[in-house]
Amino acid sequence: MPELHFEPIAETWRIISGECPFAIWETLYATILATALAIVIGLPLGVLLVAGEQDGVLPLPKWLLHALNVLINILRSIPFIILMILVIPLTRLLIGKAYGTMASVVPLVIAAFPFVARLVESSLREVNPSLIEMAQSLGATPFQIITKVMLRESVPSLISNFTIAITTILGYTAMSGAVGGGGLGKLAITYGYNRYMYGVMAASVVLLVVLVQLFQMLGTRFAAKADKRQR
Amino acid sequence: MISIQGLSKTFRTSDGTVEALKNVSLTVNDGDIYGIIGMSGAGKSTLVRCINLLERPTEGTVLIDGRGLCSLTEPELRKVRRRISMIFQSFNLLAQRTCLKNICFPLELAGVKSRDAEIRARELLALVGLPDKADAYPAQLSGGQQQRIAIARALATDPKVLLCDEATSALDPKTTHDILSLLRDLHNKLGLTVILITHQMSVVEEICSRVAILDNGSVVEEGPVEEVFSAPKSEAARRLVFPDGYDTLPSASEGKRRIRIVFRGYSTTTTPLIARMAIEEKILANILAASIKTISEKEYGSMVLEVADADELERALHYLSADPEIVAEEVESRA
Repeated sequence: MPELHFEPIAETWRIISGECPFAIWETLYATILATALAIVIGLPLGVLLVAGEQDGVLPLPKWLLHALNVLINILRSIPFIILMILVIPLTRLLIGKAYGTMASVVPLVIAAFPFVARLVESSLREVNPSLIEMAQSLGATPFQIITKVMLRESVPSLISNFTIAITTILGYTAMSGAVGGGGLGKLAITYGYNRYMYGVMAASVVLLVVLVQLFQMLGTRFAAKADKRQR
Repeated sequence: MISIQGLSKTFRTSDGTVEALKNVSLTVNDGDIYGIIGMSGAGKSTLVRCINLLERPTEGTVLIDGRGLCSLTEPELRKVRRRISMIFQSFNLLAQRTCLKNICFPLELAGVKSRDAEIRARELLALVGLPDKADAYPAQLSGGQQQRIAIARALATDPKVLLCDEATSALDPKTTHDILSLLRDLHNKLGLTVILITHQMSVVEEICSRVAILDNGSVVEEGPVEEVFSAPKSEAARRLVFPDGYDTLPSASEGKRRIRIVFRGYSTTTTPLIARMAIEEKILANILAASIKTISEKEYGSMVLEVADADELERALHYLSADPEIVAEEVESRA
């Protein structure tokens, strides 16, 4: 391994100021789009995992629930870096190419939706079963129980869990830089790993840390604001 | 009228089956405040959940105004449930909604427009005495206030029947009294039929007109509260009515016999009965326990006496029973 050396400050600064704004944009774009799509797919699946149980409000056939659980477990056990390569044919099919920020959204969503489904499941399991019984006693339909009781009552917990999801997905976007994705991860890898410019890598990492802090702070604040239990 | 016929409920658990209810039959007339009392584990909560079919009975039926509930389709059942609402021990308010929105909840489920629902909810807030809590969240209220909101919510769809599942068990005695007064008021104002599940004697004494005593999944005694409580016939009823003073009596000494007398009404409680019996019949009764209770706003006194032998027992029962306001019977002294 070559000796650790730092580029002249001016050169490092030129690269950082020139490339970082766009890299931040790419990272945010991939993270937010992937999280949104993962929620669109994962939220209904999480609901089914809870409501679809035999004593749930919308019992599903046992085999279907079982299949759903197995699928989620399989997707969750593939390391993200390998998943990205595995889904390249699908990415080509959907996006037309396998590199670039837009292309990285495909594996990000596939990796994130099973995770989101599990997070939603855990949020919904926190809802007091007596509340569901109460709604039944008032003549609520299963759909009304899901939307007005289970989901509505767990909004603060869902916000907290979606914050976990978005920070995890942010970490994944950085990893996608290794196989053609754009953003801060790509910046860190191309300059830091391939060209030994540790200054640029350090700057990318600092920016990633700042983004995670920002998301976490906002998420915690929104969750607390949404929760009407402790006043 | 609610008629429960031959109701049984068996639960399957990992270690065998549990018979929560065994062949329970009851009739609750319109306008009754009907108490169902029993120790914990007697099957009360299961019974009340069978009335609105939150639990499906294993056997038997529930008829409401002659209509069997078990044969209804889900949508029909949901409609019926709007006419039989329920309040709970833990209030079960939606924590993320304001009180007003909690009361609107059943109307929202029924598809009532939100403006109309809010008007109705404000009326109900006033009815339960909390007109200023519309925008408060449940966490900001005391237990008694939360139960009032739950009652308002239960009344939103104009039910005919209100099921109360241990509705006062989480409240202190003063708040319990306030909630029971509210229930009685609502019963009088709206002609509600109230079915009240409890393990507290005082609750049944305070507001119920009829009572059923549930023990180990079966109804062991049923009737007007004054009758059941003044002269409980079953073992379970005695345990409830005389939780102490009877159970805790020392066992009788050789040959001695015991009598329980219940005085109904004011005239008998003011007569020096035992003293008169001693003078007139020469029976020297030993008073083992005595108490006065108020049941359905009437005073009841009860007493346990011990007499020397079978002959004295016979004469004492004869003497005491001459007064129609007195019920006297021999009680078994337990070994």
